[in-house]
Amino acid sequence: MNIFSAQSVTKQYAHHKALDKVSIDVPENCIFGLLGPNGAGKTTLIRIINQIIAPDEGALLFMGRPLQRNDISMIGYLPEERGLYKKMNVGEQAMYLAQLKGLSHQDANKRLRMWFEKFGINSWWNRKVEELSKGMQQKVQFLVTIIHEPKLLIFDEPFSGFDPINTSLLKEEILALKENGATIIFSTHNMESVEELCDDIALINRSKVILSGTVRNIKKTFRTNTFSVSYNTFEGELQSLLPSSFLVLEESRDTDHRHAQVKLPDDATPNDLLQAMMPSVTIYAVNERIPSMNDIFIQAVTQKNPQTATIS
Amino acid sequence: MKKIFLIIQREYLTRVKKRTFLVMTVLGPLLMAAIIVVPIYMATRTEDTKHVAVVDESGIFLEKFRDSENIMFHYLDKDIAAAKTNFSKSGDDALLYIPKPDVNLPSNAILYSENTVNINITSYVRSVMSKRLEELKLQARLKEYQTDKDKPIPVDDIMRSVKTSVDINTLKIGQDGRESKSFTELNMVLGFFAGMMIYFFIFLFGAQVMRGVIEEKTSRIVEVIISSVKPFQLMMGKIVGVGLVGLTQFLLWVGLTFGIVSVVTGVMSLNKDVKKPPVEQIMQQQKALNPASAELLMKQKDQGPGGASVVMEAINSVNFPVMIGSFIFFFLVGYLMYAALFAAVGGAVDSEADTQQFMLPITIPLVFSLVMAQFIIREPDGPISFWLSIFPLTSPVTMMIRIPFGVPYYQVALSMGLLILGFLFATWIAAKIYRTGILMYGKKASYLELWKWIRYK
Repeated sequence: MNIFSAQSVTKQYAHHKALDKVSIDVPENCIFGLLGPNGAGKTTLIRIINQIIAPDEGALLFMGRPLQRNDISMIGYLPEERGLYKKMNVGEQAMYLAQLKGLSHQDANKRLRMWFEKFGINSWWNRKVEELSKGMQQKVQFLVTIIHEPKLLIFDEPFSGFDPINTSLLKEEILALKENGATIIFSTHNMESVEELCDDIALINRSKVILSGTVRNIKKTFRTNTFSVSYNTFEGELQSLLPSSFLVLEESRDTDHRHAQVKLPDDATPNDLLQAMMPSVTIYAVNERIPSMNDIFIQAVTQKNPQTATIS
Repeated sequence: MKKIFLIIQREYLTRVKKRTFLVMTVLGPLLMAAIIVVPIYMATRTEDTKHVAVVDESGIFLEKFRDSENIMFHYLDKDIAAAKTNFSKSGDDALLYIPKPDVNLPSNAILYSENTVNINITSYVRSVMSKRLEELKLQARLKEYQTDKDKPIPVDDIMRSVKTSVDINTLKIGQDGRESKSFTELNMVLGFFAGMMIYFFIFLFGAQVMRGVIEEKTSRIVEVIISSVKPFQLMMGKIVGVGLVGLTQFLLWVGLTFGIVSVVTGVMSLNKDVKKPPVEQIMQQQKALNPASAELLMKQKDQGPGGASVVMEAINSVNFPVMIGSFIFFFLVGYLMYAALFAAVGGAVDSEADTQQFMLPITIPLVFSLVMAQFIIREPDGPISFWLSIFPLTSPVTMMIRIPFGVPYYQVALSMGLLILGFLFATWIAAKIYRTGILMYGKKASYLELWKWIRYK
């Protein structure tokens, strides 16, 4: 079941179309990566989900029915441009933001005390936000985003402003949230973290979705049947051992081994490669070169005629 | 609804808890008291003795105006037309005319003078007249009870019914005999002061709204909040919250100012007493007839205006409920309208340094209405005054300047109605600019840009 769906959502600004018939489906209890270059329309889509702005056309479904104003109490949003009132006490401010999300005074107080305890930041309650470091502020910010235990969480560039220690802490928390049943929409430029965390993605470029599906299947589709081999005791050109339909893309050597990248024709398997090489060389390792999300991102975005691809 | 209340609460509490609020609350009344007391004190301090001629057509005030420390009265037997013609040659400072009443007792009088009438004279005349009228009314009422000695006297009821206020119109009489309306210094001071206050309050608290919006933008909290509430709720919450701070401050000021003024004037009145008319005489007569009525007269004596100082008398002559009521209306609605515009400016810019270009159209009408204040005071019923007090952007300041001089009700109603419309329109425009502007970072907006934002769906 999809917790959230956008169906051909269009948003037109004076001179440019921020979103052009964008459709995405976010399955329940997954981490969904919303990717795309700067200015592609990610933030516009996220703001539409949060009902900060309204789409010109298209439908929005939340838990199978049209998105309503009250649903914001079930959504938590950590915007890219985020901050807190600098002159306000941490505790008061957290209480304020939690109550704006619909928690009662009592509930907000109880939950915040619990989370402050958990993060070991009890002593910050009466301190002003401006007295905290940037990283500390981010922790508080994260906390108030999830305090109302939303079903759907939206993080826009959550790792910006975090040091490596806090980044890994945050990743753990995100995974824990998923564990507890939440769905996370996650917008970032950091492809490594996409690889690490995301189950599904949608790639938006120039206001359109150009690629979407599960990370595993997308990677499969972008396979090029390329393998890297490490071998030894052969000094000549590797290409001379292989059939002409096998393409050696790159050769290199270090002190112990020689390495090569070989692209196989679609009907060939790594066994064919090994058979061709085995009589003449000693093979140490063969690996399939699986494209990274980074490669896929660049390839999809720089394609001349982007075709919408849904890979399931 | 609960959320907007939370926003109002936060905006209110964070400001009221600030130290600057406390400082302003204490300093404001001192300043205001000085502004009220000093001119009145100056106006009452006349060095030389004033001469007032009296034409009393009613005949009931004969020999009642007694000379005081620096006011000398003399009665004329002429009719009023002759008195006016001779006025400029007579060397008198003022001419008091009490017309013959149509029925019952007179309740108004006219003071003619070549210059603005001194507050001392107006207050003294008013106090003597109302005192005399109350005496007469009381005697008339008590006669009803003389025939039947056992009939109980409704003391409080009678006290209330005899209370009399006297209208004194002041008219300027030129060398050529032409008459024009004249106003006491008090009207001018109050009008100008009220206008100033409105101007000051709108600027002070309007700018606070703008600064609050910019703060939310620069601290980047705005998007966090509008994922929970609508931009309009955030904007109105801020405007209302800050407005309540302004209202709190104003009410505290009024309270404290009255406190200070009454203490100061109380001290002043110790040596500035107006002479008391001889209530005791009537009291003696009544005592023989009915002991209860004597008690009544004792009360009247205590409550009568005779003991009040001139300054207090002058202040009492102002209709404070109307003044304060209309001040609160024009302050609140004027503030609401301007605050919405200030909020729009705050939403459109990235920092306070960028506000200049958008502030101009807001500040010009406000500053203009204050600059025009001196013309309005000189001619509070003229066409300039009328139009400025009708146009919503200038009416809060201008109308408050006019109100102490007396403004026809239909004009006040028209002005209030248009101001409410202005407020609704300003809020509608501002909300559109605001909701787009707050999400724009690092982009310098132009007027063209704002126009586009207004037209967004």
